[in-house]
Amino acid sequence: MSTTTADRPPEFQDMHESIRIMGFWIFLSTDVGLFSSLFAVYAVFRSRVALGPTPHQLFAMGPVLTETLILLTSSFTCSLSLYSARMNRLRGAVAWLIVTLLLGASFVTLEIREFVADVTAGHGWSHSAFLSGFFTLVGTHGSHVTIGIVWAVMLALQLAMKGLTVTNRRKLYTFALYWHFLDIVWIFLFSVVYLSGMA
Amino acid sequence: MSMREWITHLIKLLFPPQVLLPDIVGIDIGLTVGAIAIMVYLTVRHRWGWLWREWLTTVDHKKIGIMYLIAALVMLFRGGVDALMIRTQLIGPRAHFMGAQQYDEVFTTHGTVMIFFMAMPMVFALFNAAVPLMIGARDVAFPRLNAISFWIFAFGAILLNISFSIGGSPSAGWMSYPPYSELAYNPGVGENYFLLSLQVAGIGTIATGINFLVTVLRMRAPGMSLSKMPIFAWSALITSSLVLFAFPPLTVALGLTMLDRLFGASFFTVAHQGMPMMYVNLFWIFGHPEVYILIMPAFGIFSEVVPVFSRKALFGYEAMVGSLLAISFLSYGVWVHHFFEMGAGPGVNVFFGLSTMLIAIPTGVKMFNWLFTMWGGRIRLTVPMLWQLAFIPTFVVGGATGVMLAAVPADYQYHNSYFMIAHFHNVIVGGTVFGVLSGMYYWWPKMFGWKLNQRQATWAFAFFVAGFWVTFMPQYFLGLEGMTRRMATYPAGLGWTSLNWWSTMGSYLMAVGFLIMVYNIIWSRLHPDWDTTGDPWDGRTLEWSLPSPAPEYNFARIPHVRSRDEWWAMKREGRTDDVKISADSVQPIHVPRNSAMPIMLAAAFFVGSIGMVFSWFWMAILGGLGVVAALAYGSFADYSELTIDAAHVLKTEAAMGRVDS
Amino acid sequence: MASGRQRLMKGLGLAVVGLSIAGCGSDYVVLHPAGPVAQSELHLIVLSTVIVGVVILLVWVLWAYVLLRFRDIPGNQAPYLPNWRHHRVLEILVFALPVVALIAIGIPTVRKTYALDHVPSHHPLVIDVTSLDYKWVFEYPRQHIATVNYFYMPVGRPVLFQLTANSPLTAFWVPNLGGMEYAMPNRVLPLWLEATRHGVFLGRNSNFNGIDFWRMTFEAHAVSELDFHAWVHRIQVTKPPMTHRDWRRLLHRSVTAPAAFSGYPANTFPERATQFTVKGLHYIPTREP
Repeated sequence: MSTTTADRPPEFQDMHESIRIMGFWIFLSTDVGLFSSLFAVYAVFRSRVALGPTPHQLFAMGPVLTETLILLTSSFTCSLSLYSARMNRLRGAVAWLIVTLLLGASFVTLEIREFVADVTAGHGWSHSAFLSGFFTLVGTHGSHVTIGIVWAVMLALQLAMKGLTVTNRRKLYTFALYWHFLDIVWIFLFSVVYLSGMA
Repeated sequence: MSMREWITHLIKLLFPPQVLLPDIVGIDIGLTVGAIAIMVYLTVRHRWGWLWREWLTTVDHKKIGIMYLIAALVMLFRGGVDALMIRTQLIGPRAHFMGAQQYDEVFTTHGTVMIFFMAMPMVFALFNAAVPLMIGARDVAFPRLNAISFWIFAFGAILLNISFSIGGSPSAGWMSYPPYSELAYNPGVGENYFLLSLQVAGIGTIATGINFLVTVLRMRAPGMSLSKMPIFAWSALITSSLVLFAFPPLTVALGLTMLDRLFGASFFTVAHQGMPMMYVNLFWIFGHPEVYILIMPAFGIFSEVVPVFSRKALFGYEAMVGSLLAISFLSYGVWVHHFFEMGAGPGVNVFFGLSTMLIAIPTGVKMFNWLFTMWGGRIRLTVPMLWQLAFIPTFVVGGATGVMLAAVPADYQYHNSYFMIAHFHNVIVGGTVFGVLSGMYYWWPKMFGWKLNQRQATWAFAFFVAGFWVTFMPQYFLGLEGMTRRMATYPAGLGWTSLNWWSTMGSYLMAVGFLIMVYNIIWSRLHPDWDTTGDPWDGRTLEWSLPSPAPEYNFARIPHVRSRDEWWAMKREGRTDDVKISADSVQPIHVPRNSAMPIMLAAAFFVGSIGMVFSWFWMAILGGLGVVAALAYGSFADYSELTIDAAHVLKTEAAMGRVDS
Repeated sequence: MASGRQRLMKGLGLAVVGLSIAGCGSDYVVLHPAGPVAQSELHLIVLSTVIVGVVILLVWVLWAYVLLRFRDIPGNQAPYLPNWRHHRVLEILVFALPVVALIAIGIPTVRKTYALDHVPSHHPLVIDVTSLDYKWVFEYPRQHIATVNYFYMPVGRPVLFQLTANSPLTAFWVPNLGGMEYAMPNRVLPLWLEATRHGVFLGRNSNFNGIDFWRMTFEAHAVSELDFHAWVHRIQVTKPPMTHRDWRRLLHRSVTAPAAFSGYPANTFPERATQFTVKGLHYIPTREP
């Protein structure tokens, strides 16, 4: 290994915390399994529209593109938060974390608005296997983001209360992993569900 | 709705006719009386505090292992009673021991309980009891998560087990194929119980998988490279990795069914172009690795038991590890063999048939390697070894019939018949159950500090194994006679009568075996034969270098491992003093502090699940908030460690004669 | 080579006879095939049983020998080899043994799976099968008759069953004629069977679908071509056609007695709108459903 242990961030130097980071990576791999299964379900159900709308009829580029931009930006601000922590700037870390969670919240809001619009237009998920698959796949991602927001709120509180302890650094790092993971899932969602659905 | 109507509605919901059968009401009364008796005992003896401190809030892997074991034995009893009811119903044609509805509930519960709430916790009990000790660790990687896993599993088990007296049991079979499991065909809350309890228990299982994967990868004693690791630890590692990738598809399959049932989605329904086949695929993408999740630990246990009781090194260690890896890899590519008859076409069927057969190769290698381990050894017929010796000739039949089932056109005739039932009981009972029982007898002295009476245990073994053969061998022939699984009863004149009678008699023999086993445990507790050496079997791995039971910090001094079978090598080379500490070298030890968070979290899951089962969404939300609150509490209350000071360690070790003078 | 195979077949035939005798008679429906599909499946069953039987015996013998010879009893003269961990030849051998056994089972498995996938006729008798809760409805699209819980088929002519369900998953199984296939909603699955001898064969649903699952049986009557046509004619002449009301009554969850109808409403077989063409057993819908 090129870097010595002393060069590494504090959360990796502490044996307990580095073990926790490894555990979190493994947890993320199970989440990959969860989303893969849902993607598989969606892929199979995409053509099973019954009497409901087809993907082409349902999707619109505008809001989805906005959501995408918001989520990608939030990933960037999340990295800035982690970067500030690495630079030992507590205030910056908390501030960027709050920006991240606000962006996440606006993403979720937009998504819910989109869902509400679909349902009020008469495209509730009971109308076809495709709609069930769509709402569940996108909704699972959305609920992951929501959980992430709750997590970020608590993390911001803990940072404010206890400062940049090794434990908090580890928590921030795992949160960043989680947030980037959701971003990657969204990229897949965007291409598999929306782009290919509108094509 | 008026108050009166509302109460009537509630009572009808909680107590539909199917839970008001006399036998169920009788059991309800018995359980209530039992629970009250236990509470009275705890109060009179002032044991509540002890229960809370020592057990309910513990994060010690050894105690969690014991709790898993107790839960598993209770569930073995429950599932076993279900099995006896099934066999009694089938003792002769047109028997009316119970009605068809109750029969359907009983076989559903039997399968679900045995797989998810008996076999899995039994495996986790042994992981917890043995793995950290045998790799020279002070605890698992995430002790509190370990407690969370246990309590979530326990509340999941409670959820399924209360269904028979409140609301009604599930009745769609343990696979719960839609659309039969959908609301249209299966109204009532039974199926919700099934979905929620497995979902909740599944969360605990995934957490255990993460925990043991990291434990084995990161917590090993210095010097213990992967190639020096005991095979049981290998099996824990591989089982955990299987859990991680097998359970998410199950989560999705159950979750989507739940969305269909509770929120009107159309995944697996007949209407709106739902696709029941998708569930079947998801379920078996989980289900097939699951059977290897159950059998790998048994393979690991036998790989520990055989060398010890043959006084000989394991034959072909590398081949043993390699075959475990090969099986785990192949296990993901065989799931379609559970439904060759669903029209996938010859290409797909042939692929999955052949990949299934391939699994016989590594399994065969393991079989022979155990035999070669015994070859040239000195076999001691202790109880753990007896179970192993029964396993080999039994499991080879199960494995062989597995190959027969993998021959696709032949499977067209075996599928869903009693031939298949016989096959999977042959591997799950003959493999997993024999395996975990072997492991239980093997590690019992280490877990509890006293040994089980060998004579009684041998009788239990004899009845159970003989009963097993009498129960399941006739079922192969019943399959060839065209009898299918899950038939509530059958007419006379098809030639099924005498074989069914024998099968039922066999199940009674197994029941006698189980009763002797329970008697054996109670008797041995009342007449304890203390294990003062810590090494009652002349063992080979590190857990036997510790006193029985191990102190809460396990190792006062973490050993430096130089070879496979380190403890055996120490004994041979006269290095046994290596495990002792000296007065000047003793260090304080950090152990994790007890936490009430795990049981609170699990209780919140339970409340939320009940809300979902009965569609009381306010309660589900309440449970969800409880989960968030418990997690927040766990996160904010810095979960600090307890430091055991050096003097205390020294005193404890000195009391066991483990201090170098 | 050819004579070798003949000898093998003869040996298998003998084994079949042996098994049937051991299986004390005709109750062993799987061992008493009445048609080429069941016959072919039985061959594979017997072949695989014999092969795995050899492996089982080998393990049992080795197990018994080890157990008798290497016990930890005083005065045991057997060699004690505490550090014997490897033996290259043995390890290759135990790897090779299952490989050989699997090749022996795998090759016929592949061949038979593909062979059974093709109807050996361009003009099979087509029967559309719909499973409803606890009953089977058989519709003959060419003859335009329908029966409930029983059907007739001519001996010596392959029958193509197109299986679907208007109920939970079920599986169609007539052990004497051959292995099973699922019937599921929103899908049509093909299965071909043929009877080579006269008889009445019991069929059943093998997949649990509810409280009266165990009563969901039917009878397959294999009769001569002549009798078959006479039977069809008799139903066409004497029975009333199935009305929508009859169909709705059949949809109720119930067990019903056998019945026959001269004709049936057009929309009862779910995929009626789709025209299927037969190519082997692969159905190619001419129009997307």
